[in-house]
Amino acid sequence: MWNRLRPVYEGLVHFSLFICASISVLVTVGIVIILLYESVKFFYDVPVLEFLTGTEWTPLLKPQHFGILPLLCGTMLVAGGSAIVAVPIGLGTAIYLSEYASPRFRDIVKPILEILAGIPSVVYGFMAIVFVSPIIRQIFPSAGVFNAASACVVVGIMILPMIISLSEDILQSVPISLRAAASALGANKFEVTVRVVLPAAMSGIIASFLLAISRAIGETMAVTLAAGATPKLTLNPLESVQTMTAYIVQVSLGDTPAGTIEYRTIFAVGLALFVTTMTMNVIAQYILSRVGERYE
Amino acid sequence: MSTKIDIYTKRRRGRIVNGMFTAACFLATISCVLVLLVLIWNIILQGKSWLSWDFIESLPSRFPEKAGIKTALWGSIWLICLTALFSVPLGVGAAVYLEEYAPRSRWRKLIQLNIANLAGVPSIVYGILGLGLFVRTLAFERSVLSGALTLTLVVLPIIILASQEALRAVPDSIRRSAYALGATRWQTVWYQVLPASLPGIMTGVILSLSRALGEAAPLLVVGAMAYVPFVPEKLSDEFTALPIQIFNWTSRPQEEFHHLAAAGILVLLVVLVSMNAVAVFVRHKYGKKIRW
Repeated sequence: MWNRLRPVYEGLVHFSLFICASISVLVTVGIVIILLYESVKFFYDVPVLEFLTGTEWTPLLKPQHFGILPLLCGTMLVAGGSAIVAVPIGLGTAIYLSEYASPRFRDIVKPILEILAGIPSVVYGFMAIVFVSPIIRQIFPSAGVFNAASACVVVGIMILPMIISLSEDILQSVPISLRAAASALGANKFEVTVRVVLPAAMSGIIASFLLAISRAIGETMAVTLAAGATPKLTLNPLESVQTMTAYIVQVSLGDTPAGTIEYRTIFAVGLALFVTTMTMNVIAQYILSRVGERYE
Repeated sequence: MSTKIDIYTKRRRGRIVNGMFTAACFLATISCVLVLLVLIWNIILQGKSWLSWDFIESLPSRFPEKAGIKTALWGSIWLICLTALFSVPLGVGAAVYLEEYAPRSRWRKLIQLNIANLAGVPSIVYGILGLGLFVRTLAFERSVLSGALTLTLVVLPIIILASQEALRAVPDSIRRSAYALGATRWQTVWYQVLPASLPGIMTGVILSLSRALGEAAPLLVVGAMAYVPFVPEKLSDEFTALPIQIFNWTSRPQEEFHHLAAAGILVLLVVLVSMNAVAVFVRHKYGKKIRW
């Protein structure tokens, strides 16, 4: 009896596991459908051109303006600023850990970086307000309580572990024979690292930067707390700005009834956010998938 | 100065550049460690005197002296248990399918790429999906259920990727010997492959659940309330969570609330660190037992 039922049982298991895997695909489809569904309704009222080129974003005030450029500008300011903080420190640390550090030193530093990576982003927001922003205001008295600079600093710290661990993996994957060959030609450690190992690992390192910047673009709580809620077209890091994610939080905190245009803005902004980060992730994944093949 | 630089000067310069570069890289590494120390020290300094049993046992309040995290803590516990309930079977199931069942086709590659990209989607986008799907379309409203389902979406890709890695670490010889004894595919997976990869899967699950525990953005979008004066008792109850409460206190201008936020962060960090410790322990203890 059991033997006859066995294929049925196996088939059932197979099928339910297949369903589990399909759900991951359905999630992507779901994201796209939900974002598009509400966004299309939004673009029915607001022309796409106005949305993409308008320089004012005041959906919650009268008169309403729906130009996403100020939000985009705020997002890019924070993402760019955090990259300026994180890229040199991250790359330096990755190089040190991969090329210079003793195994014991690495065993100490790596868990610390894992702790940094595990700290929730709302905690970084707290640090921005309580610790970083006062310091920045002491150095630049013109800075507001909420400013993009403090957001850049804490988001930079947040994406550090990601840059370090990815870049270090890439550096480690450069074959030792390349280093040995360069050393044999009389290059010192600096020359080996900068002229041989780094160029060999460059594409992978750039992919890790892309992933980290994409993370910075999608970062929400730290940015909402630190940068404030002033959608503004500015590149001055001492001013308060609003990012795409911070806007979504601002609307979510209020009581916006479903079906209104204010409610739909978060889907349109979410769509812009999704498209930006997804593009960067796909490019980074493509680069990374080619990195491993080169030395085989 | 002569145009010809002799080889000794060149070599000395090389040595100086080398030394400076090494020092700069070392400095970068040390600054990462210092940042962590400053961060944690600062939070302890701000929050330690506000941390008490009353703080854990009290309801939220407008008066900082009376405010506590009881509802937030219980909300977080509800969320994390439900999220684990939904995401672990789904995630491990998907990983088993992809590693053990799916034919190595282009289709599988596409799913794989899709999961890798889903892991990089900002969590607030999952919040929007949760708002559109669970809160509105399925009409679960702003309930613990909606929150947990949304968090499930956030952690699912991470659990799948971690479990896949653990399954991949099981050598093929184990599967072949099971098949040779006449085991079916599911028997092989259930009695041999899964037990062998359990430590790795557990580690991944704990780490992704600790990520879910610290997540605030998607919960805000789904509609977690800042002020909930009661502990959730059923799936459809409104909820708040620790990160939400911390966000709320931090965003207030008064100094006292910042101390409360710091105390809340301390509680959250203690929970997170102990979860991480469990993960490390599991990997250490049970990872060693298996020798191939």
